[in-house]
Amino acid sequence: MKRMDAISEIVKKATNINALLVSNIGVPCKELHQACDTPNNFYMLGSMGLASSIGLGLALALSDRKVIAIDGDGSVLMNMGSLATIAWQAPDNYLLVVVDNGAYGSTGNQPTATSQQADLAQVAKGAGNIKVYEAGTKERLRQILQETDDGIIVVRVLPGNADVPNIQMSPEDILERFMAEASRPSGSV
Amino acid sequence: MSGQNELTPPEAVYLGIKNAGIDFIVSVPCINLRELIPMIGADPDIIHVPVTREEEGVGVCAGAFMGGKRPAMLMQNSGLGNSINSLASLNRLYGIPLLMIMSHRGVEGEPICAQIPMGQLTVPLLDTLCIPYFLPDSKQEATEMIFKAVETAFDKKKPVALLLPISFWRQS
Repeated sequence: MKRMDAISEIVKKATNINALLVSNIGVPCKELHQACDTPNNFYMLGSMGLASSIGLGLALALSDRKVIAIDGDGSVLMNMGSLATIAWQAPDNYLLVVVDNGAYGSTGNQPTATSQQADLAQVAKGAGNIKVYEAGTKERLRQILQETDDGIIVVRVLPGNADVPNIQMSPEDILERFMAEASRPSGSV
Repeated sequence: MSGQNELTPPEAVYLGIKNAGIDFIVSVPCINLRELIPMIGADPDIIHVPVTREEEGVGVCAGAFMGGKRPAMLMQNSGLGNSINSLASLNRLYGIPLLMIMSHRGVEGEPICAQIPMGQLTVPLLDTLCIPYFLPDSKQEATEMIFKAVETAFDKKKPVALLLPISFWRQS
């Protein structure tokens, strides 16, 4: 399983529950855009490390909407305090999926600390998060996604980027479209 | 409420926050915020999120804004240094407003030498980042400027700062 396979599973989940979806910087944004471009997606083009924080703020602001953030191992390592803040707030409408490929996949696959000793599921638990799941196969990821709408999933994948084009939307258009969707009442289509 | 001169400095800031309709606050402590932060935490109409680092707070506030909130960050000016990439590559890139209420340390009256460098660099950094900032001379001005600062942030779709130096917190 590579990142793109995990993102495809997350997209199915997000579609099923009409979740708002925040995507991490770099190739993950482009892969999400390729898998399914909808107004529910916020493509975070900069601010490495902050996808989990943006997702948390969204979930706290919109307690009647489901929110999912797609993050990566390199990014979570850069903003590990976010795991403690998420544990403290623990919104039950927020699911954080850390796609852990052990590499900085957008910058040439340099190894991250999770390719060595670091274990982000253990870090998430140590930060106080109760619902922490681990997946190493697509089937297991799908099963967890069927079971829960909240908590933290660390899914281990192989490094490697899908061959996908750049996102052509401007940042302003991404934000405007996303906020129009986020302001709709829960469940309305 | 009677005259503003009877308010303490943290009460004047809190009044400004309420008047401006701020309903979502992230905080990283400073000794000068020790009375204000519990006031925010006790307000049932404000979602308060203590964060571990200011850059994290910039992200949480951006998410809250996307969810329809009027966010602010309570912080020490040292945290501006921790936030610069996100203020540029998130707020500036997308046009996301944010009010930063900063305890400005490293200025006149500062007892800790390590606060001096960032104290001196805070205004030049804000200038470089094209972030408008407000410098109230009194408690009443602080209350009023918070309202104006939030209006500016939303009108211009960018972060703004309110700088509250050591002398502000020492007013009776």
